[in-house]
Amino acid sequence: MTDRALKARVWRGAAEGAFREYEVPRHASQTVLDVVTHIQRVLDPTLAYRYACRVGMCGSCAMTVNGVPRWTCRTHVDKAAKNDRIEIAPLKNLPVIRDLVTDMREFFDKWARAKGRFEGNRTKKDDFARVRPESAARMQADAGIECIGCGVCYGACDVVSWNRDYLGPAALNRAWTLVMDARATGRAERLRAVAGDAGCHACHTHMSCTERCPKNLSPTAGIAGLKRAVAKAALRGEL
Amino acid sequence: MTNNHPAYWAFLVHRVSGIALALFLPVHFWALGQALEGAARLDAFLAWTEQPLVKFAEWSLVLLLAAHLAGGLRVLALEFLPWRDWQKTLAAIAAAVSLAVGLAFALAL
Amino acid sequence: MSARTETILWIAQRASAALLAACVLVHLATVIYAVQGGLSAAEILGRTRGNGAWFAFYSVFVLSAALHAPIGLRSVFSEWFGWRGASRDIALALFAMFIAWMGMRAVIAVFA
Repeated sequence: MTDRALKARVWRGAAEGAFREYEVPRHASQTVLDVVTHIQRVLDPTLAYRYACRVGMCGSCAMTVNGVPRWTCRTHVDKAAKNDRIEIAPLKNLPVIRDLVTDMREFFDKWARAKGRFEGNRTKKDDFARVRPESAARMQADAGIECIGCGVCYGACDVVSWNRDYLGPAALNRAWTLVMDARATGRAERLRAVAGDAGCHACHTHMSCTERCPKNLSPTAGIAGLKRAVAKAALRGEL
Repeated sequence: MTNNHPAYWAFLVHRVSGIALALFLPVHFWALGQALEGAARLDAFLAWTEQPLVKFAEWSLVLLLAAHLAGGLRVLALEFLPWRDWQKTLAAIAAAVSLAVGLAFALAL
Repeated sequence: MSARTETILWIAQRASAALLAACVLVHLATVIYAVQGGLSAAEILGRTRGNGAWFAFYSVFVLSAALHAPIGLRSVFSEWFGWRGASRDIALALFAMFIAWMGMRAVIAVFA
């Protein structure tokens, strides 16, 4: 395997730029992040990219690999390359700072706009909140809670590219887990924040987020839950 | 490609058929409105629709209507029913229903 | 347009979709039945003239479509053609009224 070479086309530049091709030796169980790291350490130290944990926890290494957004640290070259060729570009729908590094501010700002921050009303003097793990609401929240904030869903979503105000799958999924959280306060404000054209009702169930989420979450399911919850609130005059 | 998966194809069919139907609606209503000017006027129009090309257009419209219906039921199911793992089945059922209606209409023509 | 109004539009879109789903099923079945052996004005009008149930059904059908189509086009215009804001919404409100008027005119034409 090691005598084979991989032809890797890697994006260089920012919004303006071009792909540059590198030849990288193949190894068994090689990940896309290994390829990028090899290029940066051996072939071209000016290449900018971002990673931290290398084990699928931190959510910082997402890139567009052969047109598909992926977490590069857990994506094997075997799976992503075609005929020993691979194209590595920055994540879509976010401004490129340099090479493979995107500016993720708008992505996280939208979590804040969707009221993605937990706020409760208990103090340390109160007893623990008792939440039954098998309750319907908790199970719905649990289904979406493992998000690592990698931005793969945001890069995969066409509604985000068509509608720059759209909060996007990750922020809405986060809001849904809080709407389903018995301890969280500010439900009415949260539903208001995720309503309408910039929020959950813009989702057309393309399901690209669900298709591409490396953690196998389904933001589409959470967004559908928000659509119903917001609609109910609107009909009750609570929006 | 990011978008090459069943739910996205289902969306594209749903949207394109929706646009086509929205454009067709006024024409359809105009045609039926011919009856306001008497049965003879409507018959003249119906005779015009006997041309093969018009027949083919009619068949396309019925197929588009069936596809939009099936795609719409898919969206309603996704949005209003509790679901986990059967989304792809939904897209397949939507495709099957549209094809079945298209075939039935073609046979009836 | 406020997020609340947009939410109401979404509800109207889904509610009309549910109505239309039933209407389209009936309509498709009728179409497939009716086209057998060719269409004639006498055949169509024989089915529709003075038929109150038919009139009620197709009135619901037309008005649901008049509500449903413009709301769908609203997303299409903004997402695929970059047309947003009040001008789009006013144009679509006019389109809704146009569809409703044309449709009811057709329903009355074959009923009366």
